[in-house]
Amino acid sequence: MSEQKERASQNNPDTRAQALARLLLRPARGSVWQAILLPVLAVFTALVIGALVIVFTDLQVLNLYKDFFSAPGKALAASWKSIASAYSALFKGSIGNPAEFAKAISVLRATGDAAPLRQAFWPISESLVTSVPYIFAGLAVALGFQCGLFNIGAEGQIFIGALASVYVGYSIKGLPQYIHLPLAFLTGAAAAGLWAAVAGVLKAKTGAHEVINTIMMNYIAFLLSDWLLNGPMKRPGYSPISPAIQDSAWLPKFFPDPLRFHAGFFVALGIAAVVYWLLFKTTIGFEIRSVGANPDAARYAGISVTRNFVLAMFLSGALAGMAGANEVLGVNHQLASAFSSGYGFDSIALALLGKSHPVGVVLAALLFGTLRSGATRMQSLAGVPIDIISILQALVIIFIAAPAIIRWLYRLRLEREVGETVFTRGWGQ
Amino acid sequence: MAPVLELRGITKAFPGVLANDHIDLTLEEGEILALLGENGAGKTTLMNILYGLYQPDAGEIFVRGKKVEIHEPNDAIRLGIGMVHQHFMLVPVFTVTENVMLGVESMRYGLFLDRRRAAAKVREISEQYKLEVNPDDYIKDLPVGVQQRVEIIKVLYRKADILILDEPTAVLTPQEVEELFKIIRSLREQGKSIIFITHKLKEVMAIADRITVLRQGRAVGTTTPAEATMERLAQMMVGREVELVVKKKPAKPGDVVLDVENLHVVDHRGNVAVRGVTFDVRAGEILGVAGVQGNGQTELVRALTGLLRPEMGRIRVNGVDVTHASPREILEQGVAHVPEDRQKDGLILKYPVHDNLILNTYYIPPFAKGVNLQFGEIYKAAAERAYEFDIRTPNVYVPVSTLSGGNQQKTIVAREFSRPVRLLIASQPTRGLDVGSIEYIHQRIVQKRDEGAAVLLVSPELDEILALSDRIAVMYRGQFVAILPAAEATRQKLGLLMAGVSVAEAEAAGQAPAPVEENPAL
Repeated sequence: MSEQKERASQNNPDTRAQALARLLLRPARGSVWQAILLPVLAVFTALVIGALVIVFTDLQVLNLYKDFFSAPGKALAASWKSIASAYSALFKGSIGNPAEFAKAISVLRATGDAAPLRQAFWPISESLVTSVPYIFAGLAVALGFQCGLFNIGAEGQIFIGALASVYVGYSIKGLPQYIHLPLAFLTGAAAAGLWAAVAGVLKAKTGAHEVINTIMMNYIAFLLSDWLLNGPMKRPGYSPISPAIQDSAWLPKFFPDPLRFHAGFFVALGIAAVVYWLLFKTTIGFEIRSVGANPDAARYAGISVTRNFVLAMFLSGALAGMAGANEVLGVNHQLASAFSSGYGFDSIALALLGKSHPVGVVLAALLFGTLRSGATRMQSLAGVPIDIISILQALVIIFIAAPAIIRWLYRLRLEREVGETVFTRGWGQ
Repeated sequence: MAPVLELRGITKAFPGVLANDHIDLTLEEGEILALLGENGAGKTTLMNILYGLYQPDAGEIFVRGKKVEIHEPNDAIRLGIGMVHQHFMLVPVFTVTENVMLGVESMRYGLFLDRRRAAAKVREISEQYKLEVNPDDYIKDLPVGVQQRVEIIKVLYRKADILILDEPTAVLTPQEVEELFKIIRSLREQGKSIIFITHKLKEVMAIADRITVLRQGRAVGTTTPAEATMERLAQMMVGREVELVVKKKPAKPGDVVLDVENLHVVDHRGNVAVRGVTFDVRAGEILGVAGVQGNGQTELVRALTGLLRPEMGRIRVNGVDVTHASPREILEQGVAHVPEDRQKDGLILKYPVHDNLILNTYYIPPFAKGVNLQFGEIYKAAAERAYEFDIRTPNVYVPVSTLSGGNQQKTIVAREFSRPVRLLIASQPTRGLDVGSIEYIHQRIVQKRDEGAAVLLVSPELDEILALSDRIAVMYRGQFVAILPAAEATRQKLGLLMAGVSVAEAEAAGQAPAPVEENPAL
């Protein structure tokens, strides 16, 4: 083989050490900017189109367009006003009103009364509180995607996690918080993990597609929760609500009411870091991602595809379960039926927006949480229906799923990403 | 008379590469022009320009002496240029006729598909050029060779008289290649002009009237089979001298490493693919398994590597029974496997080079400590492998999908050969590779043998089997019909055995003078 080396060294006059150094040299990273450019443009474009929808659904503004040719300024000004009031209400409702902050600070200085300041911080606190279940559920779906699994069952898994957590939360009494809270939280995660693992086992053993099974198990979870809340887990009274959990199971809050911001946010960030470490820095994640990227090659390399399907579904379910546990232990402190309002379904979109990467998921979850919590304020202040937020979310998803639109719109000459996110595989594979 | 097609100064740059650099090319009426070059030499880019899929940065195209602009495939088709792609563009659940009609449907009353008229036309073309295609067959039921003929019919149906065939033999068995050559000659006799893209020297010598060689985006010369030799062509193509014959010393067989007894394997469709195969491979020898593709070789290899569970029989590696062992347990016995389909089984294309180099050793120190991957070690080892095995890559962090086929294969070879190997199972290790890479991989396999590994080489390329093997087994319909020492094997005898002729008959026929042996896998 010495001939071979000679030849290689003839072609490459550099020495072995130089060649190794060249092979190990990391290329300049333009990729971070490229990676976030598309999602950012997608969100921006969605806001622009959303603005058009706001104008076209505002009858007063539309009426002015009848006289567009005689008085174009009037129609355009009204359109602008309509858009501006909607989006500024969205901003005030989700981040806060700068004027209110200023006023609250002067009140605090003058009287020492912190209540107005808390009021000013309320919107951003609500946004963060809403983001937390999105982070957990988004991580759940993203981890599934990394293994080539399409977990549509996050919503059901949220219910299972919430049921298990609330049960541990109210039924066990007299434990110190440092035992009771983690116990309740982890029980929720474990229960939802086992619940989701059923779909993983079915896929591994019989090839049954996880999309079908997780959808079906959603219904079982919803109805199971309805039954439990109307029967065994119902508190005395008329409404289908569970008993309140013990104080020792509460996720700590940092501020007095009305601020609901609680420790769940930091738990979520911590879990996101753990997921990142697990996926990209460990052999476990190497196996999960290999199975997701190419199951044939994974099997060839001695990785058990079936075991990883079960493991990934378990972990995905556990993360979704944490979303449920978080809502029960941090926000509601009890469980009412239909409490989740679609976090699990939104999280599919969110995982796509975040490109199935933990950092992306956290950012996307913050965006979704902000939009959702600002929407209510937008409706009450600007009279723009809350559904506009659903439209914005849908547009963002369309642009992420079809990046060609964004590339075309902005004349971007981005290099095609290698193996753009695998969402799911064909039926019965 | 003006040539039927002339390209002048065609230039096309992609970011970072000059794919075509002022290429001149002429095609005379009724000739077969071979466009020869290694992977990445710019053959396909040039043809895609001609077919309107790319726009050239500079240069002119003349058809029958008239300057033309080709902006899209429809322009090309109008000018009578047709292309048969390497990867077929057929709808499996449609019939031959429906596939041929697709895009140029003939209609009745402008409303209904006129299948009957189209089918008649397909039959007529098929008979005229001896294509032997039944218009009513469904594509999914047809062998690859026939599917390719459907692609040719598609082109002829659109009245093309300049045909571009892009690596048409890459997917064919040796028999199918012969049939294709007959068809190409019959097309030439009826006045069609053909551009035949390939990197296989033997095919060029067999079929071409003229040969234009491309290297690194430039046309380095034009010659004819009469004037050129394979050595000369290989040199033009690669830019240096290439050894077409693998140099190897006689084998020194040692202990039995792989021992297979009465193995039966059922494929994924439930058909018995391997029926009672018994053989052994010793340390320091290469056993070649010859046979037309689809005679059970794939299933044999999959069973040996734990990817398919045998129905019956026994497999032992180093004396350990691994009949029902998992792929990992078998790997850990020191079995290296170069898989048949490198992109499906051998690599994770979107993973960087460094991750592909540890695909089956990621969990073993020094690459992992507990569950933690040790990236420092992984990168360092990857750079060393890339250097040692001459993997041409800018660095070890780029996705392996960005490498050429030859370098992808070298990545697999680097990974498999860098573990302690006692048994090497190599399945079609040089499929689709260019001369330089084939030479390299062959040398590496022989080197492994000389280091004392047992080698099982499976290949439908007779020439590869003959070049490397110490003993040769012929597989036919799931059985080994013969195992003979390489010295007793001739191309003719093996060819007959591969076709199912009995050993005695093949022996008798084998007395005829054998053709000169070279390494035409190249």
